[in-house]
Amino acid sequence: MLSVRNLKRLSIGPLDLDLAPGEIVALIGPSGMGKSLLMRAIADLDPNEGEVTLSGQSRESMSAPEWRKQVMYVPAHSGWWADLVEPHFEGALRMRVVELLQRLGLESTALGWQVANLSTGERQRLSLVRALALNPKILMLDEPTSGLDTENANRAEVLIRRHAAEGSGVLFVTHDAAQAARLGGRVLRLKDGQLLHEPVTPQPHETPS
Amino acid sequence: MTGVYIQLNYLDLALASVFLLLAGGLSVTLKLGLEKSLGIAALRTVVQLTLIGLVLKILFQTTSPLWTGLAAITMIALAGREASARQSLKLKSGWSYSIAATALLTAGAIVTTLALTTAIRPEPWYDPRFALPLLGMILGNTLNGVSVGMERITATLKREREAVEARLALGHTRREAVRPYVREALRAGLMHIINAMSAAGLISLPGMMTGQILAGVDPTEAVKYQILIMFLIAGSTSIGALMAVLAVSKRLGDDRDRLRLDRLRS
Repeated sequence: MLSVRNLKRLSIGPLDLDLAPGEIVALIGPSGMGKSLLMRAIADLDPNEGEVTLSGQSRESMSAPEWRKQVMYVPAHSGWWADLVEPHFEGALRMRVVELLQRLGLESTALGWQVANLSTGERQRLSLVRALALNPKILMLDEPTSGLDTENANRAEVLIRRHAAEGSGVLFVTHDAAQAARLGGRVLRLKDGQLLHEPVTPQPHETPS
Repeated sequence: MTGVYIQLNYLDLALASVFLLLAGGLSVTLKLGLEKSLGIAALRTVVQLTLIGLVLKILFQTTSPLWTGLAAITMIALAGREASARQSLKLKSGWSYSIAATALLTAGAIVTTLALTTAIRPEPWYDPRFALPLLGMILGNTLNGVSVGMERITATLKREREAVEARLALGHTRREAVRPYVREALRAGLMHIINAMSAAGLISLPGMMTGQILAGVDPTEAVKYQILIMFLIAGSTSIGALMAVLAVSKRLGDDRDRLRLDRLRS
């Protein structure tokens, strides 16, 4: 579904990457190797070179906002532009938002909260809901559970798996080798600007209690 | 003229400088370390104003469109440099200067020319005795709006990078993502002239009006001129600040709806 060819951005690449419908790929590697840069480049948030297509349609054939609605990047540090939570869910179906919130252990009242009062974990869960609610074909998550406790991290993993099961491709960055093996069908290591396949030992799926 | 114009001699100016010496003395006594800055600033005032007085005298005598135009261009170029120098975050490759100078040139030229040809109507319309002081007043105030607006949009986009990029990543257009910050920067750029218009006559007596009254003009006539000038300044500041803020915002983005903070000098 997602095909990346000869992608180059600063010290990364040229590299290739493929992501099939329903596939979850983990991206690992030490900090500063450019994992976030790679995902930002695929989302076209930074100038980059290379041929990137989604289901055969090239990135340049559509506007950047159209591309990003389908190939969505969720950064590790979420950004907020309004005082309350609700305006950040503009364009998403409310029913779907509420359902996703509940699955991540949040009530629908969270929509009325002040952004300034959100904890790191709440921000992280809300930014995941914000992206999932828009149902992108490719979801790129930068350390999606780094600020979450075990219970909420498990909930997030269940949602990520469900999103992939519905036919989307997921690429996620993690520093947790167990999570990479547990969630990722494939694990890629970014080293010296190149992607290397990492052998995976299958891990049992955890379900929320 | 309805009153008497009182000419000042050099002794009058020397008397006024007593207060400056007093301020310098206070600075020395209180160890504020400001006496040198005060002295240099006072000296600059005397030298710069004396020189401009001489230049204006020559220009007024010639009434040449060429020399008036050259003086106007020089004023605009200097104003652009000043607006750009006031930026704590500059755009690379001289873009801050180009944007500020273009905004000042466009706003200053449109408003000054319109005022000269429609409201004031001197003969000829470019008479430097009217054109240059008018342009000076318009530029001085527009410069303020342009530099504040540019500074605000740059600083805000840098500070709100995560919020802007979060919107871009969710598929919002760059225009949607930066709109609140553009609005905020414009409000900041126009605040000075809005405050000046609101306070005029109540809290402050504007400089030009005061000058005309001191020169013997009837206060009701001086007020008319002041209202005209304030409206011109408001119009010019709005045009200049809008152009500059939109241009900086456009330069800090690209045609793929990205935020390009890499175009700022580090």
